[in-house]
Amino acid sequence: MKRIWINEEYCIGCRLCEVHCIVAHSKSKKILKAFKDEAVRACAAVSVEEHGYISFALQCRHCKDAPCLAACMTGAMSRDPNTGAVLHDEEKCVGCWMCVMVCPFGVTKPDHGKHKIASKCDLCDGKPACVEHCPNEALVYEDRDETSGK
Amino acid sequence: MALNTQESEFQIIRDEDKCIACKVCVRQCANDAHVYDVDDERVHSQDVKCVNCHRCVSVCPTKALAIKKAPLEFRENTNWTSSAIKNIIKQADTGGVVLVGMGFDQSKAIYWDKILLNAAQVTNPSIDPLREPMELKTLIGKKPDRVKFERVDGKLHAKTKLSPQLELATPIMFSAMSYGSISLNAQKSLARAACEAGTYWNTGEGGLHKDLREYAHRAIVQVASGRFGVNAEYLNSAAAVEIKIGQGAKPGIGGHLPGEKVSREISRTRMIPEGTDAISPAPHHDIYSIEDLKQLIYGIKEATRYKKPVFVKIAAVHNVAPIASGIVRAGADAVVLDGLLGGTGAAPAAIRNNVGIPIELAVSAVDTRLREEGIRNQASIIAAGGFRSSGDITKAIALGADAVYIGTSALISLGCHVCQKCYTGKCNWGIATQDPYLTKRLNPDIGNRRAANLIRGWSMEIKEMLGGMGINAIDSLRGNREHLRGINMYEHELEILGIKAAGMAW
Repeated sequence: MKRIWINEEYCIGCRLCEVHCIVAHSKSKKILKAFKDEAVRACAAVSVEEHGYISFALQCRHCKDAPCLAACMTGAMSRDPNTGAVLHDEEKCVGCWMCVMVCPFGVTKPDHGKHKIASKCDLCDGKPACVEHCPNEALVYEDRDETSGK
Repeated sequence: MALNTQESEFQIIRDEDKCIACKVCVRQCANDAHVYDVDDERVHSQDVKCVNCHRCVSVCPTKALAIKKAPLEFRENTNWTSSAIKNIIKQADTGGVVLVGMGFDQSKAIYWDKILLNAAQVTNPSIDPLREPMELKTLIGKKPDRVKFERVDGKLHAKTKLSPQLELATPIMFSAMSYGSISLNAQKSLARAACEAGTYWNTGEGGLHKDLREYAHRAIVQVASGRFGVNAEYLNSAAAVEIKIGQGAKPGIGGHLPGEKVSREISRTRMIPEGTDAISPAPHHDIYSIEDLKQLIYGIKEATRYKKPVFVKIAAVHNVAPIASGIVRAGADAVVLDGLLGGTGAAPAAIRNNVGIPIELAVSAVDTRLREEGIRNQASIIAAGGFRSSGDITKAIALGADAVYIGTSALISLGCHVCQKCYTGKCNWGIATQDPYLTKRLNPDIGNRRAANLIRGWSMEIKEMLGGMGINAIDSLRGNREHLRGINMYEHELEILGIKAAGMAW
């Protein structure tokens, strides 16, 4: 499946991926409105991890063997049969945060206000905003032969 | 503490209606010109730290930023210009030499703007390069005085042995910029672009990094006064070797890479201890005459088994024509002339702004002199120093250059915004820096693409200009000064350039 690959050598830690993730998941989809007017700002599903000069943007890996799918008791977490992405249905979510507990990458984030899952990467319907707006091509969305380790 | 009178040169304009306080500008400015205030949740700017490199402007997702010249002005004075006053203030503060990066920034002597190209009308047809073949292939190296042939079994064979040549798909090469003065990612971008475009890149005097060995077949390696990273393998791995005597931005001056930039990788590449200053002396300590130069040229030719062309690079100075003649007679396969507007990572402003002559005059003076002496075929002429467009390049070739080196324009294609602060080591575009936080900002995949695009675009434009003149090969334009006319020039300038005034017919 097509995945978001991290090119950490060229991540410049600007966090534009986070900004554009918020915009893509806002009500208006417009950057100024999303940040200035919308009362509850969606939390970014991607976050930049930094240590010294090394940084990379991490979002849901959409694991083949996803622990969150197994842990979800209401079926709010499901796999899209077409794209293979792990998706989250807020309607079904009861906010038990088991997915938060089991995620090995720490990319599912709890929403303390609504007692739901605040953010979960949905691959933006096949056009990830973080990838589209990365100024240094440090994120790449493509289908790779995963067995070759390339 | 005495009063500091150094004021900001630029003003950062932030449109508060558009600023979303995402702090991208804060993270991207190596000069700390943007600061986030946690208490009032706003980003503030410190104008005095801004160098106008446009990094923040480019990355700002809402385009809330603009940089302007600071409105603070000195009383108008033709002699005491603001830059003259500011430099004196700076030197009174520090007692040091005023340093600058990039080429000379005054328009004292840009002859390209005073030279116009010809086009074919009625009496000879122009050519459409999109429909008809157009040759930009250029061969750099010594050409024989005459070619003798012999017939073997009814087939013609060249009897004359040809000297080694560099084959360029287009007469544009990347100038010498060392690993140290620019980042490895910047060198990698140019090296890959050169391979893609069928031209050559130049290592500069900082040696050849092991990661770039795969691009060595398209590299011109430099032997400069510091002899950094020079060994037999280095010379033999390259396509050509360039002896650097001088540089257009700072003729007569050596180089100095400060110890803090000499990282582990640079120390290995340059073969000097980590953290020590890399000093290139002003002269080569073994070259005090043309005869000494000849020894080095032939030393290198011996070391490379006469398989590589050897270039000699000099700054364009007053005596450039006789010096170039000596260089050709010493056995160089190409003479590189670096003009007044040539760039650098760091040079004293006093030198950069005052020493040397314009490349336009140097190219024509050298071409004329070598023709007069009947030795023009013995070496190619490569012009360097401030080429801004395909128009400049076409004119240089018509004045007599075989090919040109581009440095600053290549860096601009990689992201450089010509802020002239290369010497600070804080290049926000990841080019003139060795700081790992900054060097990773230049992704060589993107850099390669952009630099190759520039070469491609300029090559297409050169073809258009050639076609317009009714010429279908760059060889037919070389030294063809009848295709040039001058405007706004004195007669002696036209004479040195060897061109007629605009309006004069053939």
